Amino acid sequence: MHDVIVVGGGPAGITAAVYLKRFKLDVVVLMKDYGTLAKTDHIENYYGFAEPITGTKLVENGILQAKNMGIPVLEEEVLGIDCFDTFTVKTTKAQHSARAVLLATGAARSSLKVKGFKEFDGKGISYCAVCDGFLYRGKTIGVVGAGEFMLEEMEVLRQFAKEVVVFTNGEPLQVEVHDASVVTEKLVSIDGKETVESVSTAKANYRIDALFVAAGTPSASDFALRMGAFLNKNDIAVDETFMTNIPGLFAAGDCIGGFYQIAKAVSDGAHASVAINRYLRNLKA
Amino acid sequence: MPLTITNQNFKKEVLESPIPVLIDFWAPWCRPCVMLGPIIEQISVEQEGKIKVGKINVDEEGILAQEFRITSIPTVMVFKGGKPAGQVVGLLRKEDLLKRLGL
Repeated sequence: MHDVIVVGGGPAGITAAVYLKRFKLDVVVLMKDYGTLAKTDHIENYYGFAEPITGTKLVENGILQAKNMGIPVLEEEVLGIDCFDTFTVKTTKAQHSARAVLLATGAARSSLKVKGFKEFDGKGISYCAVCDGFLYRGKTIGVVGAGEFMLEEMEVLRQFAKEVVVFTNGEPLQVEVHDASVVTEKLVSIDGKETVESVSTAKANYRIDALFVAAGTPSASDFALRMGAFLNKNDIAVDETFMTNIPGLFAAGDCIGGFYQIAKAVSDGAHASVAINRYLRNLKA
Repeated sequence: MPLTITNQNFKKEVLESPIPVLIDFWAPWCRPCVMLGPIIEQISVEQEGKIKVGKINVDEEGILAQEFRITSIPTVMVFKGGKPAGQVVGLLRKEDLLKRLGL
């Protein structure tokens, strides 16, 4: 059991981890990639760099800084988080547990850009198989996604559905799928009267009763939603101590919205670490 | 405390209610539903006499869930004069929930 699991290895996550380590807490960082910063070639507005630095270099430095302090930084994609007193974080490689979790995964990804998506949101389009799968017992369920996250959701849906159809929406399938048909064409529209009744690609129309979205990798708001944390649109809602409405679940950086800047993410991480330290000390007391 | 609404008492408690009825469609395995629970309870206490508050467990009351085409939980519906008069899907804060339901 760790004290803290930090999900995300960008400026908010690494800064928090460094502080948490200095508070003598057992902290581990889980990260899947370099996030938004990997797409930034020139950073000229961050304190202390006389010459522009690339986002990739900055993230690399951060990871090295954490590792040099003895913080494990593991390349593992988080698939789900459960909380019952303590937190269990399931990744593509292992399962970790901790008394507190900091979500610092970066901004939420955009929703599906398919005609009818907004219209049927909450009317057959769902983001939570555990919550809503049951409502489609004996029905045909579509699931959008191409990777491990989709597979996770599909395993849950399989318990209820008569049939599961996987829609990769133009992405190459990254995992092996058994006992389900797979449609790799891009989705063109989602249709129905009151609720979802079918989806279409350019080539064909597929009858489904529900469409579950598990595209790409789960974002912080996906975890938060499943755990019952409040969201402001797609941003995770936190209080002044960066804690969500779930005790022990904190969030920092772009995933809580606001100013999408490294300086702000670093500040969030530092503030969150102080609050997490206080939270854990109070737990012990 | 919110009433437990079933297929048996639905007509009497919801359709024939003289005051607006707020219904929370939920299930115990749904974490957002569990987090919404205390908010629904709070509304039932604060709005006592003005709004009747009930909960429908979609696991036990599949017929009601189907009848109202509940596709995601939590779903909160308002009934006025025996007719659905508002619906919100997902976990919201109390103020946002009441505002979006027009209460």
